[in-house]
Parts: sequence; structure tokens; C-alpha cells
Amino acid sequence: MLARIMLLAAYAIGYNVLLGYTGLMSLGHALFFAAGMYGTGLSVYYWGFPPAPALAVGIAASVLLAAAVGWIALRTAGVSFLIVTMMFAQAFYLATLYFNTITMGEQGFVLSAQLAPLRLGGRDFAFSDPVVKYNAAFVVFALCLVLTVWLTRSPIGRILVAVRENEGRTRLLGYNTFNYKLLALLISAGISGAAGATYTLVFAYVGSSFASILYSIYPLLWTLLGGAGTTLGPLVGTAAMTYVVDIASELTSSYLLVVGAALVALVVWFPAGAMGHLRSRVWPWLP
Amino acid sequence: MSRREAIKAAAALVGAGVAGRVAGAVPLASTPRAAAQPATAGARKALRVGFQVHRTGIGAVYGRWYERTATAAANLINEMGGIAGRPVQLVAEDDGTDPKRGVEVVEKLAVHHKVDFIFGTLFSHVVIASAPRAGELKIPYFAVSEGYHVPSGKLNRYCFQPGITDVRSQVTAVAPWIVNTLGKKVTMIFPDYAFGYDHRDFLGRAVARLRGTIRALLPIPPAETSFTKYFARVPADTEVLYHVMVGPGVLTFVKQLGEHFGARKPNLFGFIDSLEGVDFASPGLEFLDGTYFWEAFPRYAGGYPTPYERFYRERVGVNDAGASVQDPGDVATYSHMFGCWETLFVIKQAVEQSGYRDPTPRDYRALIETLESFQWFNEGIQHPQGPKKFVGQIHQSFGQQFISKVENRRLKVVHRTRIEDSLYQPEADYTRQPL
Repeated sequence: MLARIMLLAAYAIGYNVLLGYTGLMSLGHALFFAAGMYGTGLSVYYWGFPPAPALAVGIAASVLLAAAVGWIALRTAGVSFLIVTMMFAQAFYLATLYFNTITMGEQGFVLSAQLAPLRLGGRDFAFSDPVVKYNAAFVVFALCLVLTVWLTRSPIGRILVAVRENEGRTRLLGYNTFNYKLLALLISAGISGAAGATYTLVFAYVGSSFASILYSIYPLLWTLLGGAGTTLGPLVGTAAMTYVVDIASELTSSYLLVVGAALVALVVWFPAGAMGHLRSRVWPWLP
Repeated sequence: MSRREAIKAAAALVGAGVAGRVAGAVPLASTPRAAAQPATAGARKALRVGFQVHRTGIGAVYGRWYERTATAAANLINEMGGIAGRPVQLVAEDDGTDPKRGVEVVEKLAVHHKVDFIFGTLFSHVVIASAPRAGELKIPYFAVSEGYHVPSGKLNRYCFQPGITDVRSQVTAVAPWIVNTLGKKVTMIFPDYAFGYDHRDFLGRAVARLRGTIRALLPIPPAETSFTKYFARVPADTEVLYHVMVGPGVLTFVKQLGEHFGARKPNLFGFIDSLEGVDFASPGLEFLDGTYFWEAFPRYAGGYPTPYERFYRERVGVNDAGASVQDPGDVATYSHMFGCWETLFVIKQAVEQSGYRDPTPRDYRALIETLESFQWFNEGIQHPQGPKKFVGQIHQSFGQQFISKVENRRLKVVHRTRIEDSLYQPEADYTRQPL
């Protein structure tokens, strides 16, 4: 469970780079998460790639797709950006169904038989081992978190925040905001792709449902719940949502109603999300 | 961010992660409720069977009836004295018909609820996503799915499908009747995922063997809501339109099928999946009169008149028209849900013959090897759908199939295949995999 939460939190961290720090709300991030999954999964399944190169293929697939999508979608803003990104993600989702002879479509495929252990320092680490699962997820999550902290405190991060706060004024100051937004999208997609690629290695399954609209909505909810524009918000949001679903499903079959009620309560009383609320009211030093 | 700050952040993260592992501080979602029942003197510890059920999502109609059937079977088993003298306790968790949640449910049932076995999953993508985790956790996982994924050998030695036949065997059994009775030029409409691909691949091969031709293949995405555009692509010389559809759009699919073809329709042969949980008397389905359906278990009473079928129908609470006794508008998924009933009785048989007591590697090994040694399940109240041949090599059962004709808005059985008609050469051997 913790391994899954950390990987999905890494996905949300990637999303937060775009929404929280750059102010671009995407509804198509499943495209990048799933591109990471398929890049890694297909290279293992068909060509027998070892884990590390397969991971690199997954991340590269996400970043390349982000470059293509960003070149078009970043010419729009606001609701238009939301819709264009959603359309790209849906096109990718439908492509995974259309090319089902390769992707196995909705049913997906299992990697257990093809996936070689990770070889480090002359030792083999099988992804079926729960300790390896945990550590792989933890390393990826930690790297994504450190990268985000570094980014937000760097001059580039400050320019991204400036774009979020007032793009026109930032442009007036001489910054090419298109390039910075594209950079943010590439970093965001790279992190989301790394999360998807690692998810594939750890859970040994790839399927087109991970490219569906639902998986574009999830990181939005997790980020808003935890606090957009906060470093730890995505982790808090992902963990909270996972455990709310887990606990509520034991108490009632209408557990999605509980999730909905929690989100309504969040919007009414904590519009800045859990960590955003804490930062504004209790701990102003929170990153 | 300075180098010092970066090192501090990394150290804090590593520390948190290591501490989490060292202290075993992996938080659980909640305290297991049903699991906390210690064995007391005079009362034997319950055998806990995890039930991965589609209560929500596109499989919700099936999930509702799967749960009723499993509950009825568990109640009957408990009335009969339980399994090896132990009461059966079902621990149900909704997987939302979602592969990600499916894996979480498998973990939760195994690690948190500490069930002895897991069973009940229907939709192929959920089964395929969940099975590797069950294999890693080394817990027997019983699918009630019909997909070809278990017998194909793509899963692992912990996965079984003893309570329901698979698509390949169903298609293999009915193909000769379709080609010889309805026509040799076949166009197929099927859902665009695993279950549909099994139909596409195995019916295609069977029709070719019988010297028929597949005129066109029309896969339909699972979230599709409008189907007329696909019907327009059916070749004019099609003699048989073979259709299978699942999910919330089935009624729309069938209604639009009638609106498009009207009286000039080709011979229609459908898998009952297209109308599982749907009343044949629904407006717009009049055109189905005279068409044919595959059924694994006849929905209408009298289709397979045995005392076991009657007993099963009454215990689950299904009336003669295949709907709930309490609510005649609530039509059952009768052709599939018997798989839950029969699977629980297979678990009972395997536990009692293997001497399984606790979820230990030794007891699981004994249970799995016992299961793999089974060859037949005799017809009876445990197996009301009919006798079954079990092939331990591929962990799959084979049974009889039914072909029914729609007459006066009801299904009437016109043909019953033999078990031998559904057999095929196994392509895998799970028994060679280590446990």
C-alpha cells in the first residue's frame, strides 16, 4: 500500500509542478503517466529490456509526448488548455485500445514472466520482493520530491511562480513565458512518466484504464486535497484519499459518496488544501 | 536551493524511509473487524474467504448478483456444517471494476483481513491486473471470469478458474452449431478488450476450421454509447451477425441493433452477456424474437430441468423468469453467477481433501496440488450447471453449453453441447511452476 501511495504521490508531485507552481490546470496528465507505463512495459514485454533501460524509455516517452503536446496546447490558456490536454489524453487512451494487438487494450498485459530483476552492485533485486517494491517506490518518490524542492527554490522556479501569478507582467519583464511553461510541462511529464514507469515495474501490469480520464482527474484531486503549490501537499492528498477510500469501503458500499463529501468539505472549509491551510494558519515555514 | 539544503532534504527523506521500514511502521487503514475473531472453545475458527466484488463501476450489475449468489452458497455450506467443520466467512471488498483498485483489494484481503483465499473477480482487466499480486503474495486466487487468461498460462500457479468455463471452450463448443445451422459468412461485433479478443480469436479459428468465413470484425470500445455507426459497417452478404457486448450500454446496443436492421436482419447469434441483467420484455427488444443466444445456464426455469437447478434457483432467490423473487424487475446475471456458487464448493472440496488448516506455505501447497489433481466435478447441488471436467494443468473447468432461441420474449433452449465439444489442447502447464 505504501509503495503505491508513494508512486501515485510522485505522479501528483509531477502534476503539482504544472498546477501548483505554474498555474496551468491540465486534465490530460494520464497521458504522461500512461506513456511512462507503456514505454517501460512494452520495452520489457517485447524486447526484454532490463528494468533501468526500460525505466529510461518510459520517462523519455513521456517527455517526448509532452514536447509535442506542449508545442500545441501551450498556445491556449485556462479552460482551453484544460480541454486541449484532455483531448490529447483521450486520443492516447483510444490509441491504446485501437492498437490492441500490441497493447492488449483494456485487458492490458502482465510483466511477471518477462521482467528481469534489477541488478545493482552485483546483486539482483526482484520486484516481486515487497522490500524492493517499497525501496524502489521510495527512491523514485524521494528523487521527485527533491527535484521539486530544488526547482521551486531555483531562479527557474521563481519565474514559474511569476508566470502563475501574472503571466503578462512576467512577459513584460522580458521572459519568454512560453518556453518556461514548456519547460514546466516537460519536467511535470518527466516526473509523471517516472512514476508511471516505476508503477509498471513494481506492480508488473500495464493496461489502458491507466490512460483513461479518471487517471487525469485523480492527480488533480490529490493535489487540491493536499494543497496545490505546496511541496508535501501531493503526498498528503494521495495518502488521505487512498485511506479514505480504503476505510470508507469497509463501512459502506457507497464509499464514493464519502469521498465526494470529503471533497465538498475541503472546498468549503479548506480551499487551499490541507498543507496550504496549515501553511497559511499554523506553520508559515512549510515549503 | 543550496547544496547543504539539498543534502539535508535527502537525508531527511532517507531517514524517514529507513525508519519506516526498521520500525515496521507501515500504517494500516483500519483495524480488521471481522478478522478479530479468536477461536474459542467449542467454536472453530472461521475459514475466511476474500470476495473481490464489482459493487461499483461497469461490472456493478454482475457484482450485485455475484454477491447474492456467493452469500447463498456460503449460507448453504454453513448449514451443511461448514468446510472441514469450520464456518465460512465471506469478506467482501469492492474493487470498483478497476484494475488499480483490484490490486489494492487483493493486498487488503490478504494482508489486512488475512483471508485464506480470494475469489469472485469477473472482469478480465481486473483479473489480469490482480493476479500477479496474488501470485506474489502466494495466496490462491479463484477467478469467476470466463476469460481465457487463466487457461492461457499467462497468470500464475496460484490462479484457478474451476467454477465457470472459459470463452475459448464456449466458442469452440457452439461454433459448429452456428456455422451448420445459421450460415457460414459471419460478422463479429465484440467489446474492444480481453473478453472480446477471446471471442474474436477463437471463433475466427473455429469458423475457419468449419470452412466458414469471418466477413468483418467490429470491435467496440467499452465506454461507447452509440452503436449505429458500427452496424453500418456490417457487410451486406453477412449471413450471421455474432454479437457480444458487456457493460452499461448493452440495452442501447441491442435496441439500436434492432432499429438499424429491422426485419431485414441477418441471422443473429448473441452471447447472453449482451443482455445479462436485462429483461427480454423491455421495449425495443421485440425484434429479437427468432434470434439465438448462447447461455452457460438457462435463465428461464425449465431450460435445464434438474432438481439441482431448481434448488439453486430457490436458494439464490431467482424466480422462473430469471429475476429476483423480491423484485421481478431486477433481472439476474444468471448465466454467469453460478460460477461463484460452484467455486465456493470447489474450495470446500479442496480444503477438505487436502487437509488445509492455515494460510501457511505448506497448507497452500497441499491445497494447490490437490486442486490440480481434480479431474471431474459431478453434477449435484454443488454443481447445478452440470458436470465439469477439470484440467489441472491449466487450472480450468470445462462444461456443457446451451443455445437458446428467443420465442415470445423468452429464451427457450434448443441445443445443449457436450463437454467434449468444448475441449481444446492446453497451451500451458501451471504445475511446472514452483510454489
